[in-house]
Amino acid sequence: MKNKKQTTGVGKAISLAAMTVLTAQILAADSPATTNNRLVDPTVTGEEVAVLTQAPNVPPPIKRSHATKVIVTLEVQEVIKRLSDGVEYLFWTFGGEVPGSFIRIREGDQVEFHLNNHPSSKMPHNIDLHAVTGPGGGAASSFTAPGHSSQFSFKALNPGLYVYHCATAPVGMHVANGMYGLILVDPKEGLPPVDREYYVMQGEFYTAGKFGEEGLQSFDLNKAVDERPAYVVFNGAVNSLVGENALKANVGERVRLYVGNGGPNLISSFHVIGEIFDTVYQEAGSLPSQHNVQTTLVPAGGATIVEFKVEVPGTYVLVDHSLFRAFNKGALGMLKVDGAPDLLAYSGKEVDAVYLGRQAGPGSASEKKVEQLRAARQEAISSNPQIAGLTREIQIEKGKGVFLQTCFVCHQSNGEGIPGQIPPLAKSDYLMADKTRSIRAVLQGQSGEIVVNGKKYNGIMTPLNYLTDQDIANVLTYVRNSFGNQGDAVTPDEVRLIRSETPVPSSSSSQYE
Amino acid sequence: MRRKQTILTLAVFLLIFFFSGQRGQSTGPESRVLPTGMALIPGGIYKPPFRTATGPDEIPIRAFCLDIYPVTNEQFLEFVRAHPRWRRSQVRSVAADASYLKQWSGDLHFDEEIRNAPVTFVSYYAAKAYARWRDKRLPGTAEWEYAAAASPKRVDGANDEKFQKQILAWYSSPSPKALPDVGSGKPNIWGVHDLHGLVWEWTGNFYAALGNTGLNEAFCGAASKDATDRSNYPAFMRFGFRSSLKENYTVHNLGFRCAKDFEE
Repeated sequence: MKNKKQTTGVGKAISLAAMTVLTAQILAADSPATTNNRLVDPTVTGEEVAVLTQAPNVPPPIKRSHATKVIVTLEVQEVIKRLSDGVEYLFWTFGGEVPGSFIRIREGDQVEFHLNNHPSSKMPHNIDLHAVTGPGGGAASSFTAPGHSSQFSFKALNPGLYVYHCATAPVGMHVANGMYGLILVDPKEGLPPVDREYYVMQGEFYTAGKFGEEGLQSFDLNKAVDERPAYVVFNGAVNSLVGENALKANVGERVRLYVGNGGPNLISSFHVIGEIFDTVYQEAGSLPSQHNVQTTLVPAGGATIVEFKVEVPGTYVLVDHSLFRAFNKGALGMLKVDGAPDLLAYSGKEVDAVYLGRQAGPGSASEKKVEQLRAARQEAISSNPQIAGLTREIQIEKGKGVFLQTCFVCHQSNGEGIPGQIPPLAKSDYLMADKTRSIRAVLQGQSGEIVVNGKKYNGIMTPLNYLTDQDIANVLTYVRNSFGNQGDAVTPDEVRLIRSETPVPSSSSSQYE
Repeated sequence: MRRKQTILTLAVFLLIFFFSGQRGQSTGPESRVLPTGMALIPGGIYKPPFRTATGPDEIPIRAFCLDIYPVTNEQFLEFVRAHPRWRRSQVRSVAADASYLKQWSGDLHFDEEIRNAPVTFVSYYAAKAYARWRDKRLPGTAEWEYAAAASPKRVDGANDEKFQKQILAWYSSPSPKALPDVGSGKPNIWGVHDLHGLVWEWTGNFYAALGNTGLNEAFCGAASKDATDRSNYPAFMRFGFRSSLKENYTVHNLGFRCAKDFEE
């Protein structure tokens, strides 16, 4: 069966001629013979196997200073996977995941590409790599029946970030089922170093059922032709970059995103809420084409590279800013940035107050009426033991709101803090040991070395005296009764007492009480 | 039952014959006899879903007979018994690749439950040899496509949205561990079962399946350049599948059925 035909010689002309003959043989398909058509490239030394990664991970930068022969093996698999909670889809994939494995090579490398089509596949598949120069981008040479394998070689002539996809007719359907990924050809001199690199690829899915309709969904041809997807997602599924799976970075780090768009139809308006792209390699070209970009287009079957430094901790939301896709079809991901806040870069909420508009001023008749009603309600509450007993629960609930607006940025929403930097509130001996001390910390700030749960911290907590007595009482009651803590409530009177012990300049609190 | 079906198909044939008015010499249909297990596919015109510079827009199809069901494991076993050189252990690799009859447990054995399932993991050469042994042939691609275009109720199901959707659904469902028996699906208007939704099928000239269109060259959007019916995705997929094959290939969901000229 193996009918190896070793061709030797150098020079592109020979290579092209040989390729033409080979293609003609394949097209004629009269003989089932396997033909190997290998030429030796004198600029290439050594051989290695490419490191492939699944999204959102990116293989490490290539340190080599010479071109080499790189062996890339991708397996096509048709697999049922989660598209959204309770929703499944038969994905056609390069490597078992959508998007396909990230391939990283270096400019000048000679790539020996193996495409295996899993024996259980229903369809033949192939691969068109936009990084390949030549008709079909490798498609004609990689056309592979189920349970078979193809091999072809190409030289990475152009550096850059390129989409690859299946190009078997009907192409749109193969792509709509998830057959796309990215290949990065590092320039000879390498890309500027960054602290984090991630792989994000958008794609849309045309399911027979509406967004969220449960069960195994089938491909809907009419919706695809009309370009009406039920899903527009990053990395192959709704919420694939959310919660535990969010991208992560630390304050001060430089982040580079390799953003692809498989399409098959829609152009992405890629945006990260709360970030400005310091640099955009528009359409993933070689030049850093723009600085200070808010939203950048990623064409279907194209890519872009964005870089930014993260200065402020918190959660940044990746969206297709064509917003109904983000809110109704799943085009949403998250980048979680840990670290100490830079209040100069971003203050957090400084004032949260009731705004009454130009209404009745203090002392007016209607204001007095409101006061009367408020007093009457207060009396009714305190005279009813059942309701009065709920005060602490109400405080905890309200305090949670304050915490999630003000405190969680540093102390984290689970109260664990950040190791070495921000002390934990969760099961905190320091917090629970002294109620007055915690009120004082909120009002006057905290600095100097402290020991919490046996670990030393030496950070600075800014005063939060703009919070009302009621808010401080609520939030402290919340933290004293959350994250594994159990304690009594903090009353507004206790807060007021401590606030009065030190004159606090220009507090904005009193007028709203 | 058989008689009823024969009469029905003959009646349909007559109808087409009458309306198409293409055949010059008329012979009495009464004199024609259908082989057992085959259905009559009346002649007509097949329009390929894409066109080439040299290829025809329309291909006339002469009336022919087509197996009602794909060939089963049991039927193929008879052939292999009769021709030892097509046994798994003896077949040459140029005639069938390494996974030939992989679903069988031995040269002449398979699990009882796949007895009536379509035989798969058979090469083009094996399918052709089987057909010859039965004194039949493989259907031409145009013949196969023409027969398969028929929905349960219409000769041309191309514009029958429900029918097309059902075909497409097969591609959106995973391959079953074990293939179901032949005949589990509804027959089409000619009384032929399982042209869709069970297995792919070899055709006699699969390698020229695209004429000289070279659909396998025209990748990406380029493939639509020559398309005459851009909505017929199932047809595109079949042509795509065929053009990925070589004669000695065997695939887990690729079987075949036989055809025969319709003789007087």
